Amino acid sequence: MSLELKEITKKFGALVANDQINLKVEKGEIHAILGENGAGKSTLMNIVYGLLQPDSGEILVDGKLASINEPSDALNCGIGMVHQHFMLVPVFTVAENIVLGHEKSKRGLLTLDEAKVKIASIAKEFKFEIDPDALIEDLPVGVQQRVEIIRALMYDAKVLILDEPTAVLTPQETDELLSMMKTLKAKGTSIIFITHKLREVRAVADKITIIRLGKVVGVTTPDSSQEELASMMVGRSVDLIPNKLNVTPGKTILAVTDLNIYNSVGRKIVNNITLEIKAGEILAIAGVQGNGQSEIARALLNLEEHVDGSIKINNNEILGKSVRDSLRDGIAFIPESRELDGLIGSFSIAENLILDTHDLVPVAKQGQLNKTYIRENAQKLIKEFDVRAQSIFDTASSLSGGNKQKVVLARELSRTVDLVIASQPTRGLDVGSIEFVYERLLSERASNKAVLLISSELDEVTALADRIAVIYKGEIVGVVTPDVSREKLGLMMAGIN
Amino acid sequence: MKSLFRKLRDNTLLPFLAFIFAFFIGGIIIVLSDPVVMGQISSPGKFLTSAGAKIGNSYLAVFQGSVFDINLSRQSGLLHGFYPLSETIVTSTPLILSGLSVALAFRSGLFNIGAQGQFIFGAIGASYIGFNYNFSPVLHVTLAILVGILFGGIFGGLVGLLKAKTGAHEVIVTIMLNYVAALFILWLLKTTVFLREGRQDPLAPEVVPSARLPKLLGENLRIHLGIFIAISAAIFVWWLLNKSTLGFKFRAVGANASAAKTAGISIPFVTTVTMFICGGLAGLGGAVHLLGTEYALAAGIAGSLGFDAITVALLGQATPFGTVFGALLFGALQTGSRTLLSNTGTSPDIVQVIQALIVLFIAAPALMKQIFRVKKSFADKSMTAKGWNG
Repeated sequence: MSLELKEITKKFGALVANDQINLKVEKGEIHAILGENGAGKSTLMNIVYGLLQPDSGEILVDGKLASINEPSDALNCGIGMVHQHFMLVPVFTVAENIVLGHEKSKRGLLTLDEAKVKIASIAKEFKFEIDPDALIEDLPVGVQQRVEIIRALMYDAKVLILDEPTAVLTPQETDELLSMMKTLKAKGTSIIFITHKLREVRAVADKITIIRLGKVVGVTTPDSSQEELASMMVGRSVDLIPNKLNVTPGKTILAVTDLNIYNSVGRKIVNNITLEIKAGEILAIAGVQGNGQSEIARALLNLEEHVDGSIKINNNEILGKSVRDSLRDGIAFIPESRELDGLIGSFSIAENLILDTHDLVPVAKQGQLNKTYIRENAQKLIKEFDVRAQSIFDTASSLSGGNKQKVVLARELSRTVDLVIASQPTRGLDVGSIEFVYERLLSERASNKAVLLISSELDEVTALADRIAVIYKGEIVGVVTPDVSREKLGLMMAGIN
Repeated sequence: MKSLFRKLRDNTLLPFLAFIFAFFIGGIIIVLSDPVVMGQISSPGKFLTSAGAKIGNSYLAVFQGSVFDINLSRQSGLLHGFYPLSETIVTSTPLILSGLSVALAFRSGLFNIGAQGQFIFGAIGASYIGFNYNFSPVLHVTLAILVGILFGGIFGGLVGLLKAKTGAHEVIVTIMLNYVAALFILWLLKTTVFLREGRQDPLAPEVVPSARLPKLLGENLRIHLGIFIAISAAIFVWWLLNKSTLGFKFRAVGANASAAKTAGISIPFVTTVTMFICGGLAGLGGAVHLLGTEYALAAGIAGSLGFDAITVALLGQATPFGTVFGALLFGALQTGSRTLLSNTGTSPDIVQVIQALIVLFIAAPALMKQIFRVKKSFADKSMTAKGWNG
């Protein structure tokens, strides 16, 4: 089946999210849609899947005009979608999730037999394994994603939309997904592959459509180089591999010894971790999300409650101090979730820039905020950190992801610190902002700060770090240098050394 | 300046529309509940005229009963014409203070349902100092007020402390402590210390004149210094929230506790201090009401003030000056309803219906948006009480 979009336009108020977009996906083709966050990829796919209605334009299925007003219309046309955030019920089994919404019953009782047979035949056809009776919450993320794909195939999807499918996967799982996509393609299924990861696009796509600011800016093939793709995506040439100066590491800034972290019910999340970071050094903790690295970052700031071991900064024990005192001891903290932990959405940019210094001289005197200082501080910092905002009194929630992160960086890096903890600092950012974050972290390194980088992005880790500690299930699998091969790193992230 | 104007408009538009719409629905109910007017429904012209007259007279009576009464002014001088306004302010004063208590808690992400109990404890403290001692006038009333603030503050601070130390939800704790306060005052008024000599019913002695808040416009009008205390308290809360570092912490925790914690703000500290100050404000309300209006402590001293306070804070969008306006409006409605039945035959309960409708519409911003087709989203203007997960 082929899918064609003609002149699709969608406006949200003054914003043109999709501007006369044309796109043709042939039968058995993997068509990648490449674009930055906010380029209009998701809007376009939501239109195809019937979640949004276009202001103008047509959708043709096998050359015939299709009217898609809701997802069920899309399903009937043979269009299936796997969302970035899975739509699965964690406490249901695989089979139960797959029949959800299409349940068959026998004498008023739910029957899954037919579904199980069909699941088995699909699994066999596409050569993967799945246990229809396993609970979703017990399955690894990669397998959960497979359940989503099976669900789409069960209802005869001929065109499969995959929305940022590799964001949550380990490198191995990513490779498995890519090979599965090739199998699907060989069986005649068309795939629309939405992503911003250039390497994956070049690995599987037959055709690449690049969207920027709601417009198609180019259609190309995987023969294009990563640099070409990136510059089309961003609209200017970009430096994907930042310039790293030679810095001789100085004295030890952070020394973590035998650190254990437990969750609220007493289960061990992080097991006996020992690590050390010197001045002028970036240590990366690489690992798939959810292996305890977030907890380590939080524990260093004393945000975790059940921790034992030792955390020394400049040879002073800080474990057990208040968050406030830990920050004062010279930690800059760039949290994993800027919306949740980094910023207060309803506060102005100026207020967000003083969140952790609001009661210190010169921000405040005798318990009263110094508004002049706060204003001047904000004006200086938004210039220095290139925060694009109309005014320093705009709320943080009105900013784009990249600008939000710049506000967090501006606040944290403008304090006098010895250690910078950056947790997933580029997650969800556009290429331009990622460049900026890299530059900033490297300049902290150049000015002899110790930097702890926590990241799941292999390219980021190898580009920035001096040493890489790989974490799996709360334990450090090994520490390697950044010239390690992707394959080795990938295996380590899966717990194999 | 432009942004200040916009801010003002954004903050006042929703309550204003809710107010208008509540009066509109109130008018319909007034007509529906009047059998004489409804009897004329067969002749539409006559019906509309008398329905209009009925609604007009009722709302005019509310105005006369709450702001200015031309008849009173003809009889006994212009000043006396403002007797209703004086009554409105007397009713509003404790509402402003207890409303501020709820509003400040809202801004810190806490839902203080306990203004009632804190108010009662404030009144108890002020009453005890007021009737039991004899000091020079200024000193006496000041001391009585401070003890009222302290009593309310401790009663509120206890809630904050419980939440900070044990995680007990403030909504449940404050509800429970309201019962404690209501029963405690009943018991207290039966003790020999508080029970007025020669009385069997629970009533304390009146506070001595040196402990009373001075009247502002002579003995005939009840308006007293309390209104200035209440407005000063509103200015204090405004300063606290917008200018002080403590208020910055409050707002930060109220808007995003997780980010506040990451930035090193101690949530247990904020919770405890907020609830202490909120309790103090409600306690001040109790003290002012007792020392300026009631003089004698009775079991029903708080009436439903602690609960109206929630409504008033909602109406004021949890801002200090909004709360002042909300309290004045509610004070006016309540005062105006007193003469409604005798003057127009309309049931005074209609005022409660209108109050309830205002709250309902403010609590449902999306509904107001639809009815009035307002473009600007109200979504972020809805109150930010955290419910059960806060």
